[in-house]
Amino acid sequence: MPTPGASETVPLAGSDDVVRARHRVRALAIELGFDLVAQTRIVTATSELARNTHLHGGGGRLTITLVADGPRRGLQLEFSDDGPGIPDLDLALTDGWSSRGGLGLGLSGTKRLMDGFTLESRPGEGTRVEVVQWLKRR
Amino acid sequence: MTTVPVVRIRNALVAAMQEDIEDRSALELADRLANEVAANGASMVLLDVSAAQVVDSFISRVIVDIARVCRLLGAQVTVVGMRPAVAITLVELGLTLDGVRTALTIDDAMTALEDGAGADAWRV
Amino acid sequence: MVPAASRIVLSTIEKSVGSPVQESQEQLVPQTQIRALMAEVLAQRRRQVLEAWVTRGGTIAGNGAAEDLQRDGAAVLSALGTALSGRNGRLDLAPVSRLLSDFSARRTRSGDRPEQTAGLVLALREAVLTELAGTGDPDDRFDAAREAARIVDELALGSFDSFLSGREEVISEQGAQLLELSTPVVRVWDRVVAAPLVGTLDSARAQVVMESLLQAISDDRALVAILDITGVPTVDTLVAQHLLKTVAATRLMGADCIVSGIAPQTAQTMVQLGIDLSEVTTRASLADALALAIARVAAHTDRSIRP
Repeated sequence: MPTPGASETVPLAGSDDVVRARHRVRALAIELGFDLVAQTRIVTATSELARNTHLHGGGGRLTITLVADGPRRGLQLEFSDDGPGIPDLDLALTDGWSSRGGLGLGLSGTKRLMDGFTLESRPGEGTRVEVVQWLKRR
Repeated sequence: MTTVPVVRIRNALVAAMQEDIEDRSALELADRLANEVAANGASMVLLDVSAAQVVDSFISRVIVDIARVCRLLGAQVTVVGMRPAVAITLVELGLTLDGVRTALTIDDAMTALEDGAGADAWRV
Repeated sequence: MVPAASRIVLSTIEKSVGSPVQESQEQLVPQTQIRALMAEVLAQRRRQVLEAWVTRGGTIAGNGAAEDLQRDGAAVLSALGTALSGRNGRLDLAPVSRLLSDFSARRTRSGDRPEQTAGLVLALREAVLTELAGTGDPDDRFDAAREAARIVDELALGSFDSFLSGREEVISEQGAQLLELSTPVVRVWDRVVAAPLVGTLDSARAQVVMESLLQAISDDRALVAILDITGVPTVDTLVAQHLLKTVAATRLMGADCIVSGIAPQTAQTMVQLGIDLSEVTTRASLADALALAIARVAAHTDRSIRP
């Protein structure tokens, strides 16, 4: 069991990397003890965000960190790229997502999947999405 | 890229999606199914997702497209065996696979469609 | 109280009162030097510190506290030594704090009261001070004692904090278990499952209900799932949202979902609130829902039997 603070980086350059990111995140989620539903949420969010980084951000990286808040343990995922950035953050987070045209980023849905969601982006300055899921014992 | 295996059972095509479906594999499957339906006149396409651990917005979009294309070509598409965790996640993402039939098992899917009477027929 | 420490305090005060120049020099003994001294003591006398700690700890808390300390104490002392030898003057107690947090959480689960877990951490101070008393320059001992006390106090406060979190975790775990027990899903007919809900439906409960229902559909290969809300007192927009999510999820799996037990007043409230359940099959009573479900399964079975 890795210690809190430990982190690793997965490059997100090609579509193979999206798959690799899913695998790595799932492996860590299992190791941390997340149940199946929580694992699925985390890996699905990873898939969405990794794909965004790959397709819209011109490629970037995923940094996975094991975080702690007192005795609570969690998995933090940071997707960052140096791409064109998102011009209208409010629009990007609005529901009514559709993939043909439109922003098609699926961010509002992804936000619902995870416990914590932070989005930072400026046109020309890249994008950074950070999500976190806390381990809840059942 | 792994190809999704497709088998023919009577007048149905059954595609068994694996644990982790790459974007490319899904797109390739969509193409192949369209061609096979047109070529063999299959009236049913069953997408077996019982092994899929993740179905995200991309795959879900491809599934909806497969259903629309195949319907135009004369085949009904049914998504079979979705896992609870995947169903929960898709709902949370707001993706309900509108207009796509679903069934628990391949058997159920075939039963529902054979008569031409849809699963909706009974709903009052 | 450790007698040696109080003797140190007295002698240092006497010294500083008597010689003003020396006083300012003593007060300026750099913290890093003190910490280095403590790190040295910890490194050289670790076994003795641990022994003292274990002995004290065993008298403060019961239930295997001494054994736990024996097992986990060495790591804490090692981390403390590392922290004290830290470069650029920074004292990073986070790693030590984390170890003590985990330790305290475990002790809480073994049944320790808060004063016992805090006492175990404070016992460390006694152990460290005892070893400090016999070493180094007598002039440094007061500063060392003060620094040691300050550090351990900080750690003790941290451990109390984790005690509280640990308790909260236990409470929430028990709450979660109660939640699962109170939302049973029943197989009421061949290929029909039902979840009779009783009580308020908040987010946590709704999540548990949804997961249990879907798992039951999978396990029993149910064609129809009935969500009975006869026992749910208020159905507002939020509750309706949970219901809609559950219905959508069951549909994705290939089953149908009937929501039953909607009272006339509830129906009126829902219409007034603009809740749209038009896409959902509903029935006023569980009995009606069951009749419909059975008919559905029968029709399906008929079709599948036909050659």
